[in-house]
Amino acid sequence: MTLTPSTARTAFLAEAAKRILVTDGAFGTEIQNWKLSEADYAGSLGLSHEQKGNNDILALTKPEVPEAIHRAYFEAGADIAETNTFSANRISQADYGAEHLVREINVESAKLARRLADEYAARDGRPRFVAGAIGPTNKTLSLSPDVNDPGYREIDWDTLVDVYKEQAAALVEGGADFILIETVFDTLNAKAGVMAVRQLEHELGREVPIMLSMTLTDLSGRNLSGHTVEAFWYAVRHARPLTIGLNCSFGATQLRPHVKTLAEIADTLIMIYPNAGLPNELGAYDEMPDTTAGFVGEWAVAGQVNALGGCCGSTPAHIAAIANKVAGLAPRPIPALEPVTRLAGLEPFTMAG
Amino acid sequence: MTSDNQISGARFVNIGERTNVTGSAAFKKLIMAGDYAKAVDVARQQVENGAQVIDVNMDEGLLDAHLAMTTFLKLIAAEPDIARVPVMIDSSKWDVIEAGLKCVPGKPIVNSISMKEGEAQFLDHARKCMEYGAAVVVMAFDETGQADTRQRKIEICERAYKLLTGIGFPPEDIIFDPNVFAVATGIEEHDRYGLDFIEAVAEIKARCPHVHFSGGLSNLSFSFRGNETVRRAMHSVFLYHAIPAGLDMAIVNAGQLDVYDQIDPTLRDACEDVILMRAPPADSGFETATERLIALAEGFKGKDKAAEKAAEEWRGYPVAKRIEHALVRGLDAFIVEDTEEMRAATAAAGGRPIEVIEGPLMDGMNVVGDLFGSGKMFLPQVVKSARVMKKAVAHLIPYIEAEKDGNSKAKGRIIMATVKGDVHDIGKNIVGVVLQCNGYEVIDLGVMVPWSRILEAANENEADIIGLSGLITPSLDEMVTVAEEMQRAGMAIPLMIGGATTSKVHTALRIDPAYEGAVIHVLDASRAVGVASQLLSDTQAAGFKAGVANDYEKVREAREGKGQSALLTLAEARANRFPTDFALKAPAPVQPGLHVFDDWDLADLVETFDWTPFFRAWELAGAYPAILDDDVVGESATGLYADARAMLDRIIAEKWLTARGVCAFWPARAEGDDVLLKPPALYGQGNLPPLPLRGGAGGGGAPASAAATDTPHPNPSPEGEGPEIRIPFLRQQFKKSRGRASFCLSDFVDPAGDDWLGGFAVGIHGIEPHLERFKAAHDDYSDILLKALADRFAEAFAERLHQHVRTTLWGYAPGEQLTNAALIREEYRGIRPAPGYPACPDHSLKPILFDLLQAPDNAGIVLTESQAMLPTAAVSGFYFAHPDSQYFGVARIGQDQLEDYATRRGIDLPTATRWLRPNLD
Repeated sequence: MTLTPSTARTAFLAEAAKRILVTDGAFGTEIQNWKLSEADYAGSLGLSHEQKGNNDILALTKPEVPEAIHRAYFEAGADIAETNTFSANRISQADYGAEHLVREINVESAKLARRLADEYAARDGRPRFVAGAIGPTNKTLSLSPDVNDPGYREIDWDTLVDVYKEQAAALVEGGADFILIETVFDTLNAKAGVMAVRQLEHELGREVPIMLSMTLTDLSGRNLSGHTVEAFWYAVRHARPLTIGLNCSFGATQLRPHVKTLAEIADTLIMIYPNAGLPNELGAYDEMPDTTAGFVGEWAVAGQVNALGGCCGSTPAHIAAIANKVAGLAPRPIPALEPVTRLAGLEPFTMAG
Repeated sequence: MTSDNQISGARFVNIGERTNVTGSAAFKKLIMAGDYAKAVDVARQQVENGAQVIDVNMDEGLLDAHLAMTTFLKLIAAEPDIARVPVMIDSSKWDVIEAGLKCVPGKPIVNSISMKEGEAQFLDHARKCMEYGAAVVVMAFDETGQADTRQRKIEICERAYKLLTGIGFPPEDIIFDPNVFAVATGIEEHDRYGLDFIEAVAEIKARCPHVHFSGGLSNLSFSFRGNETVRRAMHSVFLYHAIPAGLDMAIVNAGQLDVYDQIDPTLRDACEDVILMRAPPADSGFETATERLIALAEGFKGKDKAAEKAAEEWRGYPVAKRIEHALVRGLDAFIVEDTEEMRAATAAAGGRPIEVIEGPLMDGMNVVGDLFGSGKMFLPQVVKSARVMKKAVAHLIPYIEAEKDGNSKAKGRIIMATVKGDVHDIGKNIVGVVLQCNGYEVIDLGVMVPWSRILEAANENEADIIGLSGLITPSLDEMVTVAEEMQRAGMAIPLMIGGATTSKVHTALRIDPAYEGAVIHVLDASRAVGVASQLLSDTQAAGFKAGVANDYEKVREAREGKGQSALLTLAEARANRFPTDFALKAPAPVQPGLHVFDDWDLADLVETFDWTPFFRAWELAGAYPAILDDDVVGESATGLYADARAMLDRIIAEKWLTARGVCAFWPARAEGDDVLLKPPALYGQGNLPPLPLRGGAGGGGAPASAAATDTPHPNPSPEGEGPEIRIPFLRQQFKKSRGRASFCLSDFVDPAGDDWLGGFAVGIHGIEPHLERFKAAHDDYSDILLKALADRFAEAFAERLHQHVRTTLWGYAPGEQLTNAALIREEYRGIRPAPGYPACPDHSLKPILFDLLQAPDNAGIVLTESQAMLPTAAVSGFYFAHPDSQYFGVARIGQDQLEDYATRRGIDLPTATRWLRPNLD
C-alpha cells in the first residue's frame, strides 16, 4: 500500500533547514499558576473520581486554560505546539476513571492546538506545527515492578501498542502534524509507540511522522531501562523519526555531554527541551530564563541542535529567551552515517562494513 | 585489538551459542527443568567470555518455545551485565521470533528468515523486522531448497538482496548465512562445499554492498564427530580462510577454537587441502585430500589421551615458556603456580616481583597481540588470555605491596579509568600495578566509566591525578569530553592519557586545549612512574608541566595550517603508489587507432539500460526491478516505467535520437603521475593502422547490430614525430589505513612503455525538436521523461561501447560473457574514469581528451567554457585495461600536489586552484 506522504514533514524540514526551531515549554507548572479547583477540573462530566491534577482533561472542562498557555508560547516565539495530552492514554486516565474519554480529550486537545497554530501562522506567514504528545504511561515493558520476580511484566507489548494507537489516532484526527513520543524512560515502550504509529499509518493510508524524545534517569546518560543515548538511538532508528532528542529529568547543564553525543550520531533532526535546571529543596524550578537560554544557546552555537524548547519549570519567558538567543544562528547540519550495522543491547554495538 | 580503520566497529563478531537448546545439551537440560536462574548464568558466562551477541534458541519439540523464549528474554533484560550486548533471536518459527521481538528493548538480530516459503512471506517477515527494528540473518534458502553450490548461494543471496533493498530494508542490516555443509564425507559432490562457501561469500560481498555474513561451523566437520581435535582444527582453518573472504560472524563455541599457528602442521595442511579442495601432496600416498584427512584423523582419535600428552608436554617447558603457553592458550589452571615459581626464582636472583610482570607476562601478552593482529587468533581467545594475565597479576600484587615500606604514606592518589565506550583495560591495569608498586595509591574505576563518575571519584577521594586509558579510536573523543568536563568543573589536577590509540599529537591537538590543568600523554607503562613522580614533586612539578605544555604548543604550531586531518606529502603518497604488476597488463589493441560510430542501434542500447538511476532521477527510491513491486513507490514506479517503455518504442520506431560516439587507443607510458601518449603521427609508421583525417567525415552507414561496425578512416596523416601528449593525474594524499595504496590513475599504466590508454566520448543527439514540441504542449512530464531516457541512452552507450572495446576493438577480453546485471555491477576487467569524477577530478582535462578524439567532429560533442558537454546526454572518459585498475576517489590533496599539478598541467596556480577547489581544504 502506498502511503500519502506527510506535507507537514516536508514543511518542517524546509523550516529546519533555515533556522533553529523553537518548541514550547511546560504545561504542568503553568497550569498550577491558575490555581484551579476540583470543580474547574471536573466540569460537568459527572466522573466518579476526583479530577484535580488531571491536567489533560481541561481540554473538555476548561479549554480556556490550555488555550491561554498555547497562546503564551506562540507569543513567546514557539514554532511548535505540543498538545496537552501527556497522560491522555487509557492507562493513565484509568486513575481518574476517565479512560472512556481518551479519544475526546486527544481530539479536542489537538483541535485546540491546531486552531491556534493556524491562527498564528496566518498572522505572519511563518508555519506553526502541532506535535501530538504521547507520554510513556506509568507501565513499563522491560522492567519488573516485583523485585522478587524479574521476569514479571505489568503490561504486554500488544496491549501497550493498542493504548498508544488509540491516543495517536485521536491526536491525528484532531489535526496533529506529528506524533511526539516523549519522556521515554523505557526504550521498549518507545518501540511499541513506533509500532502503534506504523499500524495507524497503514489504517489511514498516510504517513504520520514520529518525533522521539528520550529522558535520562542518571547522569552517565542512561534511561530507566538502562540504555545509553547511543543504544537508544540505534534501537529506535528504524522509526525514521523527524526529530530525536532528550527532554525532562535534568537541566541543560546535565544534558550537555549527551546532546553532543547524540548530535554526532543521529542522521536526523535533534530536538532538546530540558527542564529549567534542577528543582530546589522545595521542588520548584528557579533557573532564570536567560540562564536556561544561555545553556541551550551553547548547543546552538556548537551546531548540535535543530529545535529547542523547555520541559518542567520552563515558562513563556524561558521560551522567549531561547527564541531570542537562537534567532539567526545556523541549524545543525544533518550528518550522513556510514552504512555500518548498528545494533544495541543496553550499550551500542557496531559492526564494521 | 586495535581499531585503526576509519569506521570503528567490530570486524569479526563472536556470537555466544551456549544459550541455544539445539546446540547445548546442558542449556537444554536447564530450560527443560525450568531452572531459568542457572540458564541466565549461562548467558552471563558467555558475555564474560567475550560473546558480543547472545544467540537465544528455544526450538525443542518438547518445549513451549514461545513461552521459553519470552521468559528467558525478559529475565536477561533484567541483568545489566548480560543485557548490555545485543540479542540474536533464533528460531525456525516466525511466531516465536515475533514474540521475542516484543520483549527485546534494544536492536536485536533475527535469525532467520528465508525465501523457503516464497517471496511474499519472506518480504512480509522482512517488513515486520523493519517495523520492530531488527537486523536479520537471511538463510540461503529458496522455494526449491537450501543453496548448496557456489552459484546457488550467490543467486539466492543476490535475489534476496534485491528484494530486501527493494522494500527499503537497510542493506547493512542484512546478514547472509550461505550454509556451511559437511565436507570430507566421502561423497564427491560434497568436496566443494567448504570452498563454495568461502568463494560465495567473497562474490556476494562484492555484489551486495554493506551486507554481512554468518555461518554455523559445526556442520563443516560433521563427518568427524567424536574427534574433537580434528573438528577444532577444521573450524579454525575454515575461519582463517573465510574471514578474509568476508565472514563477519560465526556461531561457534569460542572455547573450541584453536590458534591457527598452533595446530599440528600436518593436520592443518590436511584440513586446508580438504577445505580448499586441493590435491594432497604427491608423496603423501593418498589420492584425495579427504582420504588423507580421514587417515590422519585416526591418529588424533582418543583426543583425551592426545590432549593429556600435549598437556604433559607443555608442563615440561621452562617456567617462562609455560607462562607464555598459558597466556596464548588461555589456560588458567596452572597460572598461579607458574607465576609463583617465576616470582620465587626472580626473588632468588635478587629481582623484584614487578619484573615477573614486565618480563614473561608481558612477553606472553605480546605474542597474543601479534597473533590477534595477524588474524590467527580471535577476540574471545584474547579475552581468555587477558583473564589468565589478570590472575597472574592478582597473585603478584600482595608481594608488590609488601615490598613497599609499611610506614610510608602513599606518594599520591591516582584515579584510573578506561573511558566510556571502551572495555580494554589490560594496559590500564598494568600501569596501575606499576604505579602501586612504586608507592602510589591507585583507585581503579574499571572500564566503560562515564566522565561523571571519574570526576565524582576524583572529588570524593581528593585525587592528585586522573589517568585515562582507551584502546579504540572513539575513546579519543571521549577523553576530550572528560577533559572538557574537568575544565567546566574548575578542576586543576593533572590528567594522564594512555592507551594504544592515544598519541602525543592527539593529546596536544585535542585534549590539552580542552583543559587548563596539565595534560600529559604517557607513552607506555614504563613511563608512568616518572611522569607521576614529577607531576607530584614539590620542586619539579612546575618545570615539568611547563616543559610539556611548551612541547605540546610546538606540536600545535607545527600542525597549524595543515587542515583538519594530516595528509601525506606528495612524495610520501608517491612512495605508496599502487604496485601494479605489469606482467599482467593488457596486450596491444587488436584494432588500434580511432573508431567512429555515427549511429549506434538504439534498440541495442535499450538492452543495456540501468533502470535504477532512472527511477532515482524521479526521486523514487529503490532498485529496479524490485521497485515496481515496492510497497510505497511501486505503483508510481510501475506507471512511470510503462510510460517510459511506450516512449522508448516511439523513440526507436520514429528514430527521434541518434547515438554518436568515438573511441581511440594510444600507445602510452606512465611518467610519475602523468601518462604520456604518443601522438597519432608516430603510429602511422609501423604495423599500426592509420588515423582518420582531422575533421574526417562521419562516413559510412549506421552500424545496426550489437556487434556494431565502425567506420574505417583512411589516413593521409603526415609522417614524422609529434610531441608526446601529457595527461596529468592526481594522487590520493589522505592517510590510508594499513596496506592500502595511495592511488593515482597513472599507476595502472606501465612506466616502461609498451602500454596503451584509451579514450572515448559518446553523445545522444536530436533531442531538441522533441523537447520544443513538449514545451509547446506544456507537457513537462514528457519533457523530463525524454531527458531522463536520453541520459539512460548515453550511459548505456558508454557501457555498450566499453564492452565492444573489451571484446573486440582492444580485444583483451574476447570471451567476456556478462549479463546486463553483471555489466551494471561492473564485473568486467578495466575501468573508464571520466574527467570531473572522483578518480580524475579535474574537469579541465576534457579539452585534451576531446582534442585527441576530435570529439566535436567525430561525435558532434562540444564543451562549454566550464567543460560541460553538449549535448547534455553525453559521457566521456579514459579506458584503462589493466586487470588491477579500479575506481577510487582522489579526495583532498595538499598544497604541494596542487603546485606540482599546475606545473605538470602547464597552467598557473590560480587556474589550478579554481579547477581543483573541491579537492582542496
